[in-house]
Amino acid sequence: MKNFLALALSLFIGFLIIMSLRNNVAFPEYGTVNVASRVSQAYLDRDVTENPGTVIFGESVNLESGPANTVTAIVADYRSFDTLGEVTVLFVSSLGVALLLGTKKQKRLEVDFHPNFMLRVGSRALFGIILMTGIYVAIHGHLTPGGGFPGGAMIASSMLLLYLANDSFRAKIKGFKILESAAGSAYILIGLIGLLVGGYFLQNVLDNGTLGSLFSAGFIPIIYVLIGLKVGSEISGVIDNFLTEEGV
Amino acid sequence: MTVINIIEIVISILVILLAFLAINSKTLIKSVMFLSGLSMLSVLGFVLMKAPDVAVTEAVIGSGLVTALFVYTLLAVGKRGKKA
Repeated sequence: MKNFLALALSLFIGFLIIMSLRNNVAFPEYGTVNVASRVSQAYLDRDVTENPGTVIFGESVNLESGPANTVTAIVADYRSFDTLGEVTVLFVSSLGVALLLGTKKQKRLEVDFHPNFMLRVGSRALFGIILMTGIYVAIHGHLTPGGGFPGGAMIASSMLLLYLANDSFRAKIKGFKILESAAGSAYILIGLIGLLVGGYFLQNVLDNGTLGSLFSAGFIPIIYVLIGLKVGSEISGVIDNFLTEEGV
Repeated sequence: MTVINIIEIVISILVILLAFLAINSKTLIKSVMFLSGLSMLSVLGFVLMKAPDVAVTEAVIGSGLVTALFVYTLLAVGKRGKKA
């Protein structure tokens, strides 16, 4: 009876939401909107402030925003300040985990799970592949889907694999902390360079280059590599805090 | 209706089913497994909706890191429960 009531209530609320949004100003009927008149088209054409003409992969030079991946162009260039906020959110959450779970003398958590032969051998083979994929995704964030956050998470999951495969393994967590703070500070410093040279915080002042080549888009690859390092070391720290406990 | 549409509908029904199972299953470890499957199917959904950026993030965080941390925490908590 309780489940039936919950189902009826959620169906009613869903019906209410759909009916209230139907043919609204914010949600017109599917297919009737002229997408070219919306803000997203300006991001696709890279002409928010002026009109540079058509965007051609591999040929366009000196666009307003350099990355070939439009999502990166928005996330790390037009709205880079938002990304700074996201990095801060992740920093605060890892700080909370460290405050709750981090103690001075730590040893590995004792659980009823011991890695078998397959896990030990397979992790040695997979660790390098996952790490390389993570670094690739972070470096090519301005060309292919992905970027700093997924790349960093992949780096952290390769660390998790090492933790799972060995009962007594512990990463050198102090180095991760130094790397994390250095990468975060470098992101702010890049923003300040943009403020000093270009006039706006996080303004791209380097040459944008040709659309689609690895060395293009000015600051964006540097920022994404820094974010990848920061996120990777941060989540590795969180994993270490989860898998250790108080003791000698 | 094309093949892609049918696949999308099947995936969304499976996602709702897995969410229901994750809430209502008796043991916590089964909940975690259903949640991991839900993440994996939503990755397929994101790819079909042409959002590869979100799909990569969901694949790494949702079905990789979070599942592993949940399973490890459940193992640790189970051991404590036996001791007490």
